[in-house]
Amino acid sequence: MDLQIALLIGQDGVTSGAIYALLALALVLVFAVTRAIYIPQGEYVAYGALTLATLQSGALPATLWLLMGAGLAVTVIDGVAAIRKRDGRAWGATLGWNVAYPAVLVLTLSALSPAQLPMALQILLTLAIVVPIGPMIYRLAYQPVAEASVLVLLIVSVAVHVVLVGLGLLFFGAEGSRTAPLWDASFAVGWMTVSGQQICVLAASAALIVGLYLFFEKTLYGKALRATAINRNGARLMGFSPVFAGRLTFLLAAFIGTLSGVLIAPVTTVYYDTGFLIGLKGFVAAIVGGLASYPLAAAGALIVGLLESFASFWASAYKEAIVFTLIIPVLMWRSLHSHGIDEEA
Amino acid sequence: MNPLNPPVLEVRNLSVAYGKVEALTRANLRVGEGQIVTVIGPNGAGKSTMLSAIIGLLRSHGQVCFDGRVAVSPEVERMVDGGMSLVPEKRELFGEMSVEDNLLLGAFHRYRSGERNYREPMAQVFALFPRLQERRRQRAATLSGGERQMLAIGRALMGKPRLLMLDEPSLGLAPLITREIFRIVADLRSTGVSILLVEQNARAALAVADYAYVLETGSVVMEGPAARLRHDPRVLDTYLGLGGKHQDMLAS
Repeated sequence: MDLQIALLIGQDGVTSGAIYALLALALVLVFAVTRAIYIPQGEYVAYGALTLATLQSGALPATLWLLMGAGLAVTVIDGVAAIRKRDGRAWGATLGWNVAYPAVLVLTLSALSPAQLPMALQILLTLAIVVPIGPMIYRLAYQPVAEASVLVLLIVSVAVHVVLVGLGLLFFGAEGSRTAPLWDASFAVGWMTVSGQQICVLAASAALIVGLYLFFEKTLYGKALRATAINRNGARLMGFSPVFAGRLTFLLAAFIGTLSGVLIAPVTTVYYDTGFLIGLKGFVAAIVGGLASYPLAAAGALIVGLLESFASFWASAYKEAIVFTLIIPVLMWRSLHSHGIDEEA
Repeated sequence: MNPLNPPVLEVRNLSVAYGKVEALTRANLRVGEGQIVTVIGPNGAGKSTMLSAIIGLLRSHGQVCFDGRVAVSPEVERMVDGGMSLVPEKRELFGEMSVEDNLLLGAFHRYRSGERNYREPMAQVFALFPRLQERRRQRAATLSGGERQMLAIGRALMGKPRLLMLDEPSLGLAPLITREIFRIVADLRSTGVSILLVEQNARAALAVADYAYVLETGSVVMEGPAARLRHDPRVLDTYLGLGGKHQDMLAS
């Protein structure tokens, strides 16, 4: 291996590392706020990529039906509660978000011919379809067991993951898809060639990370989410409901996952079950940060990305095994440096 | 029954059970406008349980009338929005966040309903607790016990509550700091906020309060104006002890 090849592989590793970083941040966020290990995080990647591919092929993506179905289920549960409490405003909001919004989206998409739309609009539509599924899943699967133990939440996560992968097969079939390139250009930088696609991925990841940082550091809603992660009861006493925190978190996680899917779709063939493996690598990165530290998780993601691309050069048959083996030394190192949890906040 | 004023809070027949064990049995209580009302009683009498049930952290039976609304097993968010604030026994601060951010979050429910002015209440809190202003950039976890209690009270005041509920504010604090906290509680009366104070330190609580309830094993066993209970022989024997001159001094 000479320097040029090493650079090429490194470049590849950094690009996938950027995607893993996004997923790792989402996993840390979901765990911190709701204590759920969010295995279905990867499914948003597949749903995002495949929804965009379906739109580009000119068809209506089946994720729309999932959005409508989940929306109806939420309406039944929350609507009944709102009627019982005679809370007209809550009833209206539930109906608006879970029935009216998906219906408007279906009508808009049937009226337009999505294949002819500009790429940016297709991406926006993809986000509009897939992202709201996140809070609905929170409402249906996690909110009823929000106070349960981490183990119960993990089991729920496994169940949701299996359901979503199954639905993915039903919606998109077993065939993989690719989307049109985001930016079809390439630049020579010294010995390296940098593609427009790589620039898009890195720029989008960087922008999202900065955006998340500003959200959590500068806005009161961001601070309230952090506060919920630190002390749920304390946040509740400030009037910030854990239910709202959960929905907001799942909305952010779905947004991050779907955007990651859109970013990788032009370079990787995405199948209905591709998301799981990608999400799992994000999880390895999140473990490097102890499921608690955002910067460490991002750094871990870069290591995972680089390790993966060098492993696939030297021993491509073992590349997944090598990446997942990383978890063992990390856990050993963490167990040496962890001093238990400070109970009193 | 506490006769004064129109009540800010009225609790009727409030009961709480942990499984089959009843921790609070048919308690009745009223807090008038601008009053300081205290609930005293021994450890495990159900004092904290009562506050948790009133704000909705625990499920309960019976009625909680606050802010003109009658609720059965109220919801925390609603009560907070209505102007109720609880400073819990464990303080429940956001340890890894700065003092200033902790205070800001105290104003969260007002911010959500469109009232974005936090400078004025924060200036008031800093005037009340100058120590917090000095430490406003420090992480809450690095504060001393007394400062944490100040921060917890300050955070609650940021929401401009109509009813402030304090759960054992003197717990674990040095006597001099306890004294300062009680001085501030007495001062808060002038700001118009009503206070429901739960205390084991009966002497200090009765010194600042207008009206008092005595809670024993989940039931209200005695009530009356604080000035009268201070001299009631049963209270004297059980809660104030004999020869408590030292305590009296600290509570003054």
